[in-house]
Amino acid sequence: MVQSLNRLKESPSQTAGPYVHIGLTPNFAEITGVYPEDLGTRMVNDKTKGERITIVGRVIDGAETPLRDALLEIWQADADGLYNSPSEVRGSADPNFTGWGRCPTDMDTGEFRFETIKPGRVPARDGRLMAPHITFWVVARGINLGLNTRMYFADEEKANAEDPVLARIEHKIRIPTLFAKREGSTYRFDIRLQGEKETIFFDI
Amino acid sequence: MSGAIISNRKPETGTFFPRDREWHPQAYTPWYKTSVLRSPQKALISLENTWSEITGPVFGHNMLGELDNDLIHNFARPGESAIGPRIFVYGRVLDERGKGVPGALVEFWQANAGGRYRHKKEGYQAPLDPNFGGCGRTITDEDGNYVFRTIQPGPYPWPNGPNDWRPAHIHFSIFGHGFAQRLITQMYFEGDPLIPICPIVRTIKDPAAVASLVAALDMNATTTMDSRAYKFDIVLRGRRSTFFENKREGN
Repeated sequence: MVQSLNRLKESPSQTAGPYVHIGLTPNFAEITGVYPEDLGTRMVNDKTKGERITIVGRVIDGAETPLRDALLEIWQADADGLYNSPSEVRGSADPNFTGWGRCPTDMDTGEFRFETIKPGRVPARDGRLMAPHITFWVVARGINLGLNTRMYFADEEKANAEDPVLARIEHKIRIPTLFAKREGSTYRFDIRLQGEKETIFFDI
Repeated sequence: MSGAIISNRKPETGTFFPRDREWHPQAYTPWYKTSVLRSPQKALISLENTWSEITGPVFGHNMLGELDNDLIHNFARPGESAIGPRIFVYGRVLDERGKGVPGALVEFWQANAGGRYRHKKEGYQAPLDPNFGGCGRTITDEDGNYVFRTIQPGPYPWPNGPNDWRPAHIHFSIFGHGFAQRLITQMYFEGDPLIPICPIVRTIKDPAAVASLVAALDMNATTTMDSRAYKFDIVLRGRRSTFFENKREGN
């Protein structure tokens, strides 16, 4: 026999289901008067430092159909590469930038949209700089455990080439699934759940 | 998110324990039909936690409205209340080390007592309750405790198999201290005979894992002539202690 480590098990996930909006974006679901506004709709204000960008995209299933009932959250560093979080011990992040956004996909078009800034570079644990990136989390009916991926910027070729996370991906042909393409001040990032161009998802 | 007070403790910066993906449901569970076209088919790429995963947003108590954790009243007309069996749901948000998680935003949503959601895509014929919206939220205290009051939701049929019914449940969304702890799950009620036959519950293989989502009736926490109480603890991923961590230079 041996002593117990006295560890608990993480609560197992269950799907967010088709009505995730009721809980996480009730105003979007037309349940008004409970919260003044849905959380995560405003990431920036007029004092936020950094280049303003818009991110749009869809979450596409294995039958090439965009999900109209998904919900996404993003988490990113500020323009200087610092996170607005108590666990950020490298410095103080821009107080005018939350770093966190939440958006349901449109019930007709399936499109999501984030108004944010381009993040700065953040070091990996060994000190090497990662390329600018945004962490994505996707939940929906039919997704049993939230999916994590990262969006990188296709126009950051030099930084992307140095990125230690991308460097460790064996099948280089899949890396472009993480790249958002620039169209003016908008970046388009489609997430594919299945198929030949299935987006890389991470076990973080 | 400024002004958030989570703890006097020094913030932790250790990486999180790996997720036990045998304990969680698999992505592809064909008896839950919607998962078939929405499950990634390629292997996940393992990513050692960086600052991007060990940090996360924190929400201040000052964001909460007075009725945010009272679903009986937060959508009701003045002087009225939602119909249904009145309950308190309480518990702790812990991590895998057994430590309470303070300052965790917990959001919840559910059907009304007849099993009907207030949602335009809902097709069940049970009526809406004009005094029930179905959403609430709270933030855990210094020890990770939370509580809210609501009505017990009803079970309801859903389009999957020809005659599938969901057990009564409340959806939970939980933030920890790092974005890698982000979790959505569902709470079930002790004694519900629909639990073991639900295709969504059965996406979880281990009976012990299912049991960890079943809230216990706590007759010692009831309010006499008012509400019963259910206890539901939630466990988030634990994290390593930073002081044992090796800092590697270069590569």
